[in-house]
Amino acid sequence: MNWGTFYAVISGVNRHSTGIGRVWLSVIFIFRIMVLVVAAESVWGDEKSGFTCNTQQPGCDSVCYDQFFPISHIRLWALQLILVSTPALLVAMHVAHRHHIDKKILKRTGRGSPKELEHIKNQKFQITGALWWTYMISIIFRILLEVAFLYIFYLLYPGFKMVRLVKCDSYPCPNTVDCFVSRPTEKTIFTVFMLAVSGVCVLLNLAEVVYLIGRACKRCLRGSDEESKVAWISQRLSTYRQNEINQLIADHSLKSKLNVTKKSPTEKGEMCSAF
Amino acid sequence: MDWKTFQALLSGVNKYSTAFGRVWLSVVFVFRVMVYVVAAERVWGDEQKDFDCNTKQPGCANVCYDHFFPISHIRLWALQLIFVTCPSFMVVMHVAYRDDRERKYKAKHGNNSKLYNNTGKKHGGLWWTYLISLFVKTGIEVAFLYILHHIYDSFYLPRLVKCGVKPCPNLVDCYIGHPTEKKVFSYFMVGASGLCIVLNICEIIYLVSKRIARIANKLNRQKRQIAVSHNDHNEEPFDNSIDTMPTLSKKEQPPSFRSAVKSSHRPPGLKLEEKIRASAPDLSFL
Repeated sequence: MNWGTFYAVISGVNRHSTGIGRVWLSVIFIFRIMVLVVAAESVWGDEKSGFTCNTQQPGCDSVCYDQFFPISHIRLWALQLILVSTPALLVAMHVAHRHHIDKKILKRTGRGSPKELEHIKNQKFQITGALWWTYMISIIFRILLEVAFLYIFYLLYPGFKMVRLVKCDSYPCPNTVDCFVSRPTEKTIFTVFMLAVSGVCVLLNLAEVVYLIGRACKRCLRGSDEESKVAWISQRLSTYRQNEINQLIADHSLKSKLNVTKKSPTEKGEMCSAF
Repeated sequence: MDWKTFQALLSGVNKYSTAFGRVWLSVVFVFRVMVYVVAAERVWGDEQKDFDCNTKQPGCANVCYDHFFPISHIRLWALQLIFVTCPSFMVVMHVAYRDDRERKYKAKHGNNSKLYNNTGKKHGGLWWTYLISLFVKTGIEVAFLYILHHIYDSFYLPRLVKCGVKPCPNLVDCYIGHPTEKKVFSYFMVGASGLCIVLNICEIIYLVSKRIARIANKLNRQKRQIAVSHNDHNEEPFDNSIDTMPTLSKKEQPPSFRSAVKSSHRPPGLKLEEKIRASAPDLSFL
């Protein structure tokens, strides 16, 4: 399991995202994960061995390093990227759940041919109904996690500039010693870059939220369309059930006895679930 | 053999799991294996070299490192991840065994006869295998958490340890590299383990309650069939009051479809006694 497999897993979600969602995914992969793996990791690679203190006292280096860098930038960014990409899996699971229901319905109404089942697997879903909410929740989690990590970063390393020299006097350093950080300028450049791209990602996520809400409102205002008001699953079920009923009518030829009505669950008074 | 091949092996398990099982698999791969490979391994990368003792005595650092870290966190987690995912293979093997039996049966009795309706469905022996694998997984997780707690005194990782083991001349100060970062990752990995334990327990409860519900439904149906067979002389073939379909709970009930057919003429494709709600979404496209 490495970034490559992670990429494969997350890009699977790509098909069900909005346009902005795809841009966000590309930004994550190209400007963050790629940069992290290809460049940033080598910059921070020798951070511990390159951290030198002006003393021969064994242990002083270790302790001072630990005091000034409780958790390395690189590890923070790796965790941030993993946690921020994970809500997309929620959407993937919801889509898989819908596929599964579709398959079950098809099988129950006797249409479970392998071709149809394959067709279901590749079917793209509209972001409506419960899927809209899942998608929305996943974006909000993304935003919250990004902001949380930016805040943690600010707490640990206030100011994005990496200093060349830190003064340290923790035990066992004999007095206040000068300790030198390795490659401070390069680290500053990459820190600024990664923070800027985080900011861009937060903006993209906010734009996506606004876009989704706007689209939903448009559909709400436009749609006195009965179909969009009915929940997705009951829509599917009533379509198939109607076919079954028709088949039964044909089989038993007792039309007069039948009084089956197709009830739509709008009786619950669903307001604008037209998303 | 590396984590990638391991992951390929395990994705076969995905097909036979419940929804909880698939969430558990994702948690294991994303939050545990991924974090392990990408971040944690680097933090513990040079741990023996970074272990510094305040003495020039050769061998003192080695001996003290060995005394304080009998088995490194990283190795413990690697073992834990391997052992915890192995019980899932029991399920895969059981399904393979069923497939094999099915094949032999077909070879013997012709292609149209079936021993199992669906070899992958968790009924009968496979249900027990799956349940046992869940218990084993939970047990292993708890055992490893206990071992970690026991060896490292509740994840206590100080910057400085005092060591007096021979050949160190006296009580020397030894310094651990990156202790804070190691503590953070220890908490993270332990938290992920805890989450996996919770998921396993939820899955156990879910499986057992589903089974109980299935048995209850079966008993109900049998009772109804006995009751209906007494009313067989009923003239009305489309009497909507005879509810031959066991009702679903209010939450899951689709738009009401009263059966228009007498129980004996119930068409085979309309058995709605099981919940329409999916129990195992297929994440194999991931």
